[in-house]
Amino acid sequence: MASTPRAQALTASELVRQRLAGGQTDWRSVGFQGLLVLLLVLTLGVLAWLLTVVFVNGVPVLAERGLDFVTSPLASQADRAGVGQAIQGSLMLMGFVALLSFPLGIGAAVYLEEYAANTAFTRFVNTVVRNLAGVPSIVYGLLGLAVFVVALGDIVGPGPASGRSLIAGGLTMAILVLPIVIITSAEALRAVPGAIREAAFGVGATRWEVVRSHVLPYAAPGIFTGTILSMARAFGETAPLILVGAVVGGFNVRYDSVIEQLQGRYTALPTTVYDWARKPPEFAGNVYAAIVVLIVVLLLVNALAIFLRNRFERRW
Amino acid sequence: MTPKAEHDPGGGPTIHLVTTQHALDESEQISPATSGGVPPMTFADDDVVFELDGLSCFYGQFRAVRDISLQVPKNQITALIGPSGCGKSTLLRSFNRMNDLIDSARITGRILYHGVDLYADGVDPVEVRRRIGMVFQKPNPFPKSIYDNVAFGPRVAGFKGSMDELVERSLRRAAIWDEVKDKLKEPGTALSGGQQQRLCIARAIAVEPDVILMDEPCSALDPIATLKIEELMRELKQNYTIVIVTHNMQQAARASDYTAFLTMGEDRAGYLVEMAPTQELFTRPVNRLTEDYITGRFG
Repeated sequence: MASTPRAQALTASELVRQRLAGGQTDWRSVGFQGLLVLLLVLTLGVLAWLLTVVFVNGVPVLAERGLDFVTSPLASQADRAGVGQAIQGSLMLMGFVALLSFPLGIGAAVYLEEYAANTAFTRFVNTVVRNLAGVPSIVYGLLGLAVFVVALGDIVGPGPASGRSLIAGGLTMAILVLPIVIITSAEALRAVPGAIREAAFGVGATRWEVVRSHVLPYAAPGIFTGTILSMARAFGETAPLILVGAVVGGFNVRYDSVIEQLQGRYTALPTTVYDWARKPPEFAGNVYAAIVVLIVVLLLVNALAIFLRNRFERRW
Repeated sequence: MTPKAEHDPGGGPTIHLVTTQHALDESEQISPATSGGVPPMTFADDDVVFELDGLSCFYGQFRAVRDISLQVPKNQITALIGPSGCGKSTLLRSFNRMNDLIDSARITGRILYHGVDLYADGVDPVEVRRRIGMVFQKPNPFPKSIYDNVAFGPRVAGFKGSMDELVERSLRRAAIWDEVKDKLKEPGTALSGGQQQRLCIARAIAVEPDVILMDEPCSALDPIATLKIEELMRELKQNYTIVIVTHNMQQAARASDYTAFLTMGEDRAGYLVEMAPTQELFTRPVNRLTEDYITGRFG
């Protein structure tokens, strides 16, 4: 019976085909997948709804007033009030934050990651920094109020500002983002493989040469991303600025010098939004328009962070 | 004649280039827990590059390597073999103070390098690593150009001559010049694993060291790349002293001149069982532990 093995082979292959064709649909799997999609749609839906409301109400105001809205100062009448001072104040605050918190934060991170021995003290400092990053921003506002506005008021904002100056706001914001800058920079440094450090030490480099020539350049994209995102965070913060005296309502001062401006009153985009939101209904359009400006700036900042990360990212 | 004599725990005669036959009949009584069953191998003073004297390595409270005394001869390839976790790499990394980079690591005992205690006060670990270079287990080129990979060491050492020549010479010595001469500006990380490891060897020899330590340099490489590295090691020993840690006994047998066998005791601390010319260690091991290991009965 020469055909028997062949027949058996066919049956075996038939059997395999049947098995491979699979059984019934796994409804639990389908159900779970459906649930996940539903959750995603819900989350994105809320976001899309918010953005739609903001843009539908804000864009007409922006279109109607154009550049006037972006450059006009605060005012008591809605159709004359603009975000010029707010944009200027926010940008100056960001400059302050960048100048102060970047060198301090990156320096602290390099010390903690590359130099400090792993002692109980450094572990304590690391824990403290992590916790500081989670402290509500209003607490930093109180700190800024007590230290910069009240205690150091005569230095940071003498005269009519009575302490509530752009310097006080900038210092508060810098301290607010400092833990975030330290943590993200430390994580970027930690992502540089130890093998690279060993390689550099192995050819007789000093710690400084290892950090300068290898660790910092390789960690730079991560550090950029982290610091830029921390700027975005500071850009959107409202509560601490209200506490340390960002102007709400309006002010009309001409500053003769940058120093004077730094020591004088200021306002920022998110505080302006907050202020207008409490005003009579004719300001509603302005609120939406200001939010559009705020969101556009934030998106630009985030896009820059993503661009830098992708541009310089290294794979090990 | 050698400074080793007073550290010989067996109290036996110190023999120049020890032959092991005389100790064969004693091998049954050798306690596996002591490193001193066999008289240590010694070399003429001028030929000794490293001399370890009762060296123990610790990570915090844990003793990784216990009481090792041995000599490493000049312009030879000395292999350290032994089972996983017996402290071979730890021992090797103490030769150029690489373990200094680990906070909890410390040593007791002494490592003399040409008679100078490497861990004495005032010895600069940076200078130590310039003289005693290292090639690591996993190829670890910098994510920079091939040229910059080689040039980094000489640059930080303040090299004044022609960098182009030095880079070419180092790459030639590492037997990789022909493969990379047309792409020196390309990143070193784009090379194959075997090429990367030879680039790392070129990087190590660019600072003109005296010794090259190799920590399982072929464990991530395929057999052909491995043979290339072994060939290269035989070339390099004309100019350098090489100490290699290897997992691969065939590699030690093929490529080294002397072999030290380490294993670990009950306390998980590695200790030296015996060191001998490679041919002898693999054909006539003195210690039962060595024999078991090289015949594949454990480890």
